[in-house]
Amino acid sequence: MKKLAYFPGCAMKDQARPDEAGTLHALAALGYEVAEIPRWNCCGTVHSLAKDDLMRHVGPVRNLIRVQGMGEKRVLTLCAMCYGTLKRSAQFVREEERLARINAFLDTEEDFRGGIEVVHLLTLLRDEVGYEKLASRVKRTLNGLKVATYYGCVLLRPREFAVDDPDRPEVMERVVEALGGAPVPFPERMECCGAYLTVGRSDIVTDRVGRILRSARGSGADLVVTTCPLCQFNLAERRPPVAPTLPVLYLGQVLGWAFGADEPANLFPLGGAR
Amino acid sequence: MASELNLSRDHLEAPFSRRVEELSGENPYACYQCGKCSAGCPFADHMDALPNQVLRLVQLGDEAALRLSAPWVCASCLACAVRCPKGVDIAKTMEALRLLSLRRGITPAPVVPDRPYPQIALVGAYRKLTP
Ligand code: SF4
Ligand code: SF4
Ligand code: SF4
Ligand code: SF4
Repeated sequence: MKKLAYFPGCAMKDQARPDEAGTLHALAALGYEVAEIPRWNCCGTVHSLAKDDLMRHVGPVRNLIRVQGMGEKRVLTLCAMCYGTLKRSAQFVREEERLARINAFLDTEEDFRGGIEVVHLLTLLRDEVGYEKLASRVKRTLNGLKVATYYGCVLLRPREFAVDDPDRPEVMERVVEALGGAPVPFPERMECCGAYLTVGRSDIVTDRVGRILRSARGSGADLVVTTCPLCQFNLAERRPPVAPTLPVLYLGQVLGWAFGADEPANLFPLGGAR
Repeated sequence: MASELNLSRDHLEAPFSRRVEELSGENPYACYQCGKCSAGCPFADHMDALPNQVLRLVQLGDEAALRLSAPWVCASCLACAVRCPKGVDIAKTMEALRLLSLRRGITPAPVVPDRPYPQIALVGAYRKLTP
């Protein structure tokens, strides 16, 4: 078993539980001993785009300090937004002076020494597990199911933190293929759903979601998968009345099912996967 | 008599443009108004000024940019940032405008949750309203 530090983030303990359940099942089958980091805190969801953003890095860096405390060199995230914030902060403190300022601020914690790598489930599956091994461990094939792969924005942008080529990504498609599905790389797969605008401007998000679902359906999909809990919420809860009734699942749910999780009720709780 | 032609941004830029540049780290004068950012912005239909127009106001030092809804409709998806041929990250300019508005007390329409939301939605929405 290979030990792997894991930062769940709040969504995995709330509405995205089925994602966590499925992913952890699959990772155990792939030989990983996943260890949740102790006393983790919210990552802040959206990273700052301004120059005076020091404060916004405090939350993510505190989580990286917990990883350091476990004696681990890298940390796994499932949530696309968590990946964005942690990855950015890990990069931010590579500059000596910034690291010193953050450490001075976090004076009740041990000093962060840097050098923690942040990995997303998708890059782990591609770069370490490999598509072949993934395919060889599948217990229940998706049997040609047409799966639309929705990346959204955070997994691909900014360029320097993208999990794949931000113009022509394929990692999600290859994972779906390895599970026996037929990936559907539809036109809107990289376009943002509106994210947090859902709270104040549901009209805008509803318009975006309608376009995304019509694009997926128009490309022949039976199902949409995503790794972002905010995308999942929007695609499921912000549909316009006439939108296609495509199910929208977390990639982890599909992964867990393909790896034969024996409690599908945990993966697909009633009402959880619309 | 030969006269000297002085091509410089100095006589163009206002303190407002400088402040936006400082906060965003993006040079507004790098933009040559091609409109590619606006063409690819998935939210442009809902904005009262297109992303390139917002940037034009910043170039001109026009503080009307702080009273637009466009920066608040921008979802920070970075589609513009990866496409700009001049390497301008407008998403950062939009963030600077949001922050400047908040810091000067020009607040956007209030965001009131009308139903239960997951934390990820609430934390994201309210962080954007934090100066
Ligand atoms: S993005 Fe979310 S789910 Fe990820 S920790 Fe942060 S607030 Fe929570
Ligand atoms: S919620 Fe929308 S914000 Fe998640 S990555 Fe998704 S597209 Fe972007
Ligand atoms: S794409 Fe770049 S250069 Fe073109 S208008 Fe937008 S910001 Fe300006
Ligand atoms: S970051 Fe903002 S301006 Fe740029 S494409 Fe996305 S929504 Fe439009």
